[in-house]
Amino acid sequence: MKQPDRRSFLKIAGTSLGIGVLYSAYPAALSRGEAGGLFATLGHANGEKVTPFSFVQLSDAHVGFNGPPDPLGTKAFERAVDMINGLPQKPDLVLFTGDLTHDTEDRDVHVQRMKQFQEISKKINVPLIKCVPGEHDAGLDGGALYREFFGESHYSFDHRGVHFVALDNVSRAKPEVGTEQLDWLKKDLARFPKTAPIVVFTHRPLFDLRPDWEWFTSDGDDVMNVLSSYDNVTVLYGHIHRDDEHETGKVHHYAARSLIFAFPDPNGAAGPRKPVPFDKDHPFKNLGIRTVSFNGKAQPNAQSLSVQDIELTAREFRGINGVQQILREPGV
Amino acid sequence: MSASKLARTFTATALCACAMLVYTGANRAHADDIPVIDITAKRFAFSPDRITLKVGKTVKLRLHSEDVTHGFFLRPLKLDEEIPAGETTEVTVTPQAAGTFTTICDHFCGANHGNMNMTIVVE
Repeated sequence: MKQPDRRSFLKIAGTSLGIGVLYSAYPAALSRGEAGGLFATLGHANGEKVTPFSFVQLSDAHVGFNGPPDPLGTKAFERAVDMINGLPQKPDLVLFTGDLTHDTEDRDVHVQRMKQFQEISKKINVPLIKCVPGEHDAGLDGGALYREFFGESHYSFDHRGVHFVALDNVSRAKPEVGTEQLDWLKKDLARFPKTAPIVVFTHRPLFDLRPDWEWFTSDGDDVMNVLSSYDNVTVLYGHIHRDDEHETGKVHHYAARSLIFAFPDPNGAAGPRKPVPFDKDHPFKNLGIRTVSFNGKAQPNAQSLSVQDIELTAREFRGINGVQQILREPGV
Repeated sequence: MSASKLARTFTATALCACAMLVYTGANRAHADDIPVIDITAKRFAFSPDRITLKVGKTVKLRLHSEDVTHGFFLRPLKLDEEIPAGETTEVTVTPQAAGTFTTICDHFCGANHGNMNMTIVVE
């Protein structure tokens, strides 16, 4: 039997909408007619075969926030829901990488915000929505209220042969995962071969992106040590309110934009972190646009993840090639 | 009490006294030699919001929280302290390189937590 390798194992092609990122996962070998023994191996490891599918990542809706960087409240979130529902290729699931709500010390108000998040998100025509908390959801009460609404803050599940891992790096108030969760992660991954496709989704970056902006996880290196044993790991996160990509060894990290306001480029901004000012003429601008295309062709050292970005303002630029191929009018 | 026992008691007392003098002297020297900088944490700011240190000069930072639990994090100076609500935490630091650094509260403390920081200048 031909052994699976990183290049032939999983390709993820995606479209970032400013609302998040649409990922398509499919076994590369499928296109080359090499599916036989490889998928049998995957099916044995994951409990199911790897078959093509797509999913969407959303992040940082901050339901309840209303301030100068974005006075429009949940408008971007609602727009995102419309855009997802308008996608010609229906995603299998949505991953929400934290800060579903904005924090408040008034428990009743926070309850209302979590209910509002659920009311908006349930309008997404998708079979499955999975979440992790952000510090604004869980930082003040250790995640107690979040768990009441959304269940455990760290868990895993398999979908079409891909293993998804939700990591919580906010509920301990500090940016850390903690030894208990690390032990759980080791046990959770122990049953998989090193070639298993793994998607980790969490809120904060698991590496030192910008520590003086609190864009890091203090024990992120410990997490990466666990993940580094695997060849096909993708980490999706939020928190930084902008798109970003990074590699640590064989692991690829992708940040999604927020649904509320953007932060500036961490590589170019000195001093304290400040949101990008709101532009009333382009209210969804600054949610950014990024096109990253790893075409998935089997090439030496080719990466297994491909992302194509489209800004949340896509409807403002309908004439641009590519946009109309992907989107139709929301609500239609 | 025999003469020998009296001598042992005297010797022990003298040793204790000497030890206390040495201990007290060390504390005094410690207090005298290491400058102390008081920093107060209160949502969502540190006070003062800027301090200046010298390369190679050890200082003690006395961190006090006036309300909730805060953090005090600065990777380049290896500072990663927790300041429990209403309590004081002390940490000694000896900067090794000059620069201007942003210290943050890394214990989530509320809505404007992300803006809670201060500047440490090392000359």
